[in-house]
Amino acid sequence: MPQNEAIKGIGLDEYKYSFVTDEKPFFKAEKGLSEEIVRQISAHKEEPEWMLEFRLKALEIFYSKPIPDWGGDVASLDLDQIYYYLKPQDHMERSWDDVPDEIKNTFERLGIPEAERKILAGVGAQFESEMVYHSLKEEWTELGIIFESIEDGLKLYPEIFREYFATIVPPQDNKYAALNSAVWSGGSFVYIPKGVKVDIPLQAYFRVNSEQMGQFERTLIIVEDGAQAHYIEGCTAPSYTTDSFHSGVIEIVVKPNARFRYTTIQNWSHNMYNLVTQRAMVHENANMEWVDGNLGSKLTMKYPSCYLVGEGAHGEILSIAYASDGQHQDTGGKVVHAAPRTTSQIVSKSISKGTGRSSYRGLCKVYEGAVGSKSNVECDALLLDETSRTDTYPYIEIDENLSSIGHEASVSKVGEEQLFYLMSRGLSMEEAMTMVVRGFIEPIAKELPLEYAIELNRLIELEMEGSVG
Amino acid sequence: MAEFLMEIRDLHARVEGEDTDILRGVDLTIRHGEMHAMMGPNGSGKSTLAKAIAGHPGYEVTGGDILLDGESILEMEPDERSRAGVFLAFQYPAEIPGVSISNFLRTAAVARLEEGEDMDIFAFQRRLMEKLEMLKVDPAFAARYVNDGFSGGEKKRNEILQLAMLEPRMAVMDETDSGLDIDALRIVSEGVNTIRDNDGSMGVLLITHYKRILNYLRPDYVHVMLNGQIAHSGGPELADRLEEMGYDWLHEEPEAATVG
Repeated sequence: MPQNEAIKGIGLDEYKYSFVTDEKPFFKAEKGLSEEIVRQISAHKEEPEWMLEFRLKALEIFYSKPIPDWGGDVASLDLDQIYYYLKPQDHMERSWDDVPDEIKNTFERLGIPEAERKILAGVGAQFESEMVYHSLKEEWTELGIIFESIEDGLKLYPEIFREYFATIVPPQDNKYAALNSAVWSGGSFVYIPKGVKVDIPLQAYFRVNSEQMGQFERTLIIVEDGAQAHYIEGCTAPSYTTDSFHSGVIEIVVKPNARFRYTTIQNWSHNMYNLVTQRAMVHENANMEWVDGNLGSKLTMKYPSCYLVGEGAHGEILSIAYASDGQHQDTGGKVVHAAPRTTSQIVSKSISKGTGRSSYRGLCKVYEGAVGSKSNVECDALLLDETSRTDTYPYIEIDENLSSIGHEASVSKVGEEQLFYLMSRGLSMEEAMTMVVRGFIEPIAKELPLEYAIELNRLIELEMEGSVG
Repeated sequence: MAEFLMEIRDLHARVEGEDTDILRGVDLTIRHGEMHAMMGPNGSGKSTLAKAIAGHPGYEVTGGDILLDGESILEMEPDERSRAGVFLAFQYPAEIPGVSISNFLRTAAVARLEEGEDMDIFAFQRRLMEKLEMLKVDPAFAARYVNDGFSGGEKKRNEILQLAMLEPRMAVMDETDSGLDIDALRIVSEGVNTIRDNDGSMGVLLITHYKRILNYLRPDYVHVMLNGQIAHSGGPELADRLEEMGYDWLHEEPEAATVG
């Protein structure tokens, strides 16, 4: 199989959008999951034996674990009706003309460059940023930075890969992590050497041409001692995909005195179940920040975590969720204080509209011996109307008395006085509502690189259209 | 151009869902360029009048009419009234966390553009800086979130800043003087005077409890509201009389109520 071939699962509703798939024969596995399929995936990726064994073991774990009885409703997600494996060619040969107008219009209104639109719509294309990427890549290579697809990471850097892979999120962690471990495909492998500081964010977008993002993406990032970097995954533009299930695993190791930020903004199509495990192991005096935005999907369950395992480690989770009609955003964050004087901060904001529901689910665990640890959790929910819903599920487990934990939660509704005030200055009801919402997410938007902040705002404006009257 | 900038005819209004009117037949006409002061004790209906003019959704007009340039505005939404030229300086402005004053003003300015018209962002910025200077506020003020954590005085200055930027045709100022110390009162008043000097046709309805602000702003007419009606009208000298004698004497001579 050609090296650039990615494997991509595809959901049942593939034909809903009437994509014309290639006439020539291509390989597609049977629906559902089996040992045979896992073997095929591994064989097509030309993986070493240990990875195949890892996958098979993960599959067993997946079968043995019950579906979580908390969080969102996954009852209508039939795991037997999913294609776990598909050669990417049919995706690559999608024509731009086949992309639904609705999606094209959204790109148009977001002002996304033509080239980027095609990539986002899953249409393979050469694009200008390839040049940009190549010059950046040269610079990075000189610094010893590795930024590859996860498949190439395994092939080219087997030792580093094996040392860290699945050590942060083992397959036993949860049912979906086990599933991902069995069938993972696509994702990034990033290695930042000791003391190297990168100012320009590493963007997964630069890498899209080499490997399409998979349904079961797997990302492994290692930030060595004293290194600093920022990685950006995804894009605020709607991720147009026919998949209905996305279950990623993101593993990050932040070594002593290193700083790392992982930013992701996701806007999956509204039929998507998005169940993601993302976790960072944070060592002595290191700093880890998750900036996480969730706008699309039918159900998202995602709780970026920081395991603070070295003295003085700091973890931060900023998240924003927007639940519109028919959506459930079950998001939040987890911080585990397992060393003295570790500190953490969670700021979670959610907006719910119509029949949308947002839940904050957070865990703060302080182990005995983590003396002088401090954690502060702040979650704010904004309801746009009478029908939307929000809940808060904070789990706090403290085994060390010499620590301090703060938790603040607020629920607000867009107030009549606020709307009247803005309208009395000439803003329409819709503009007024959007302005209140924008202000609400500002503390998180300002943490994003400018172009992402602008796109996030535009996207929220689009989502807000028709939210009143 | 209609003879009257704003004409209020036999206006009745109440809090939405209540049984009784707060405004019980208010008549008032304001010509271009005139400043009218509306005084009166607490609960007399002054603020209700301000809200009814701006179209607050919590108030219901049960009778009468409000005309701007001869056209009724009663059926218009608050934003339409604003774009038509009505401005309300709030007694208690709402806080909009996360939205900077400059962003807010820019959005409001854009909302006023005709279709196809573009905004000159540099001209806007220059004008904003001028107005901030006029109100003796630090330029950094414009980067602060709208009224978020503001002192009473800062909120009122922000209202006058908006008045200066939006250049309405008819400004209603609801107790702009309350909560201001003497320096702030002077600066705010001078700001209003400058705005009036720049735009000789803007009408002002100044709602106040106290005569204090009238030392700085000289209204053409002073009205007194009692129990939801204008009980008395006169020239600036009426304010002096109220200061001396309070409101009680008005109850004894309601026949003196005349429109100025």
